[in-house]
Amino acid sequence: MTDLVLQNVSFSYPDGTKALEDFTLTVKSGERVAIVGQNGAGKTTAVKLMNGLLKPASGTVEAGEWDTTKYTTAQVSRKVGYVFQNPDDQIFHNDVESEVRFGPKNMKFDSGRVDELTQWAMELCGISGFAEENPYNLPYSERKFVTIASVLAMDSDIVILDEPTAGQDKIGLLTLGRLLDVLEQKGKTVITITHDMEFVTDYFSRIVVMANRKLIADGQAEDIFYNEEVLKASMLKPPAVAQMAGMFHFPPGILSKQQLVAAILKHKAT
Amino acid sequence: MADIVIELQNVSYRYPVSDDYVLKDVSFTIEKGKFTAIIGNNASGKTTLCNAIRGFIPHFYKGDLEGIVRVGGKDTQETQLGQMAEQVGYVFQNPFIQVSGVKDNVFEEVAYGLENLGVPVDEIRLRVEEILKLVNIGHLRDKNPFELSGGQRQRVALASIIVMDPDILVIDEPTSQLDPVGTEQIFDIIRLMKERGKTIVLVEHKMDLIAEYADNLLVMSEGKLVMQGPVREVFGNPEYERYNIQYPHVTEVALQLQKSGMPLAFLPVKDSELAEALNLKGVVACD
Repeated sequence: MTDLVLQNVSFSYPDGTKALEDFTLTVKSGERVAIVGQNGAGKTTAVKLMNGLLKPASGTVEAGEWDTTKYTTAQVSRKVGYVFQNPDDQIFHNDVESEVRFGPKNMKFDSGRVDELTQWAMELCGISGFAEENPYNLPYSERKFVTIASVLAMDSDIVILDEPTAGQDKIGLLTLGRLLDVLEQKGKTVITITHDMEFVTDYFSRIVVMANRKLIADGQAEDIFYNEEVLKASMLKPPAVAQMAGMFHFPPGILSKQQLVAAILKHKAT
Repeated sequence: MADIVIELQNVSYRYPVSDDYVLKDVSFTIEKGKFTAIIGNNASGKTTLCNAIRGFIPHFYKGDLEGIVRVGGKDTQETQLGQMAEQVGYVFQNPFIQVSGVKDNVFEEVAYGLENLGVPVDEIRLRVEEILKLVNIGHLRDKNPFELSGGQRQRVALASIIVMDPDILVIDEPTSQLDPVGTEQIFDIIRLMKERGKTIVLVEHKMDLIAEYADNLLVMSEGKLVMQGPVREVFGNPEYERYNIQYPHVTEVALQLQKSGMPLAFLPVKDSELAEALNLKGVVACD
């Protein structure tokens, strides 16, 4: 059981740029949370603090009973796996399988478990067919799946995905959705940064909104995407479906295509 | 007779040491000033097609190119890459690799291409200033390109290409790292480029925006050009469904309604068209 607790966390980069102010968030073990907000809102800084890549200037970050300032990033990453936004920051092996295998091997798991985790992670990410390929011969979106697999293979309790939806096609988005469901079944905590609001409403029940280095809202999709104040402050655009529902002046709450279709059919019938 | 600026005739291509063709017998023409979107699932050949248009295939990547690629009336096999680059501006899919690495602030990064073209210093200053404003990155001018976020880099990458004022812009997924507001800004810039008479070739997955801005679609699947035509015709063709590519959200909603027995006056591709397509009277579209 690893809860993630950030309390009143602030952080500035060495050049003095403030990146996070008074950020407080608790993510319970097994929860699935989306973090949304504009570029530069502080999302990546927040998650890098969660896995110990960055240490808070003030406030505390705890992964389970570990205070991240008291452990090295390598230690914290056993509990909190982080998939970088840019896959090329992370890949350094010449073939996909070695890349995925590196993490669990490095964690000194026994060889049977290393094999098992490597195969499982590659399959889950839809990259088993490219095991021998050089990751750099794969398109960006598939390289991203290589990096996701290499973090999943480390079997950490908490997994952080930084913009996994960037550049994904329909098939890639479905693979990501399936992956979230499998991780939930295994009791993993997943925190995902994304700009894809359809993906958020399809797969996440809890949404954290950031704007100007702060957490400004934390709730369910209906609370976020129909809250004018939050939308304005964060410059978020609600999912296309919610915008269409607005054109018909339907009551708030519609977030899926099914809901919109049902509402239109009902409207037409009356 | 329309002015054809890009023409591919029976183009097939495979990368060196590969047995598989990544482009298979692709033929199409693009008229000057048109905005064409290349869509298709990943690994369908979209980026390779971009590389063929800008001459990197075969000049840089080598490999076997069959058929003819003509840009501005000239066969790219017989044109040098340097000449091609003046005519075709290319914005990379991954903004992390476009940044030159030789300049330590954004202003100089954007100016770099013009320096290489030998443009006088005063003119470089003017043009860079204009583009920084246009792309809304003036506040980043003194920042090191490597300290920028993904979204910021994506804008710097676009700026460093359009500042060179090429006739043709080939843009590969320019908004993948951007938030919705940033994404719309990029599309507004692309529209502005189109208004200035540029020919635009764009690879993008965001169908709502493609429906809003693009003229024509090229649909790629497994290296083949499987459909082409005006945006509305392609999305409206039942064959499109077969390729398992996204629709604009509004089109998907309309198709679901149609399946539920609701008649459509036409198939909407823009949000603002939904009420009209459904013949829903008394509903005011606020768009």
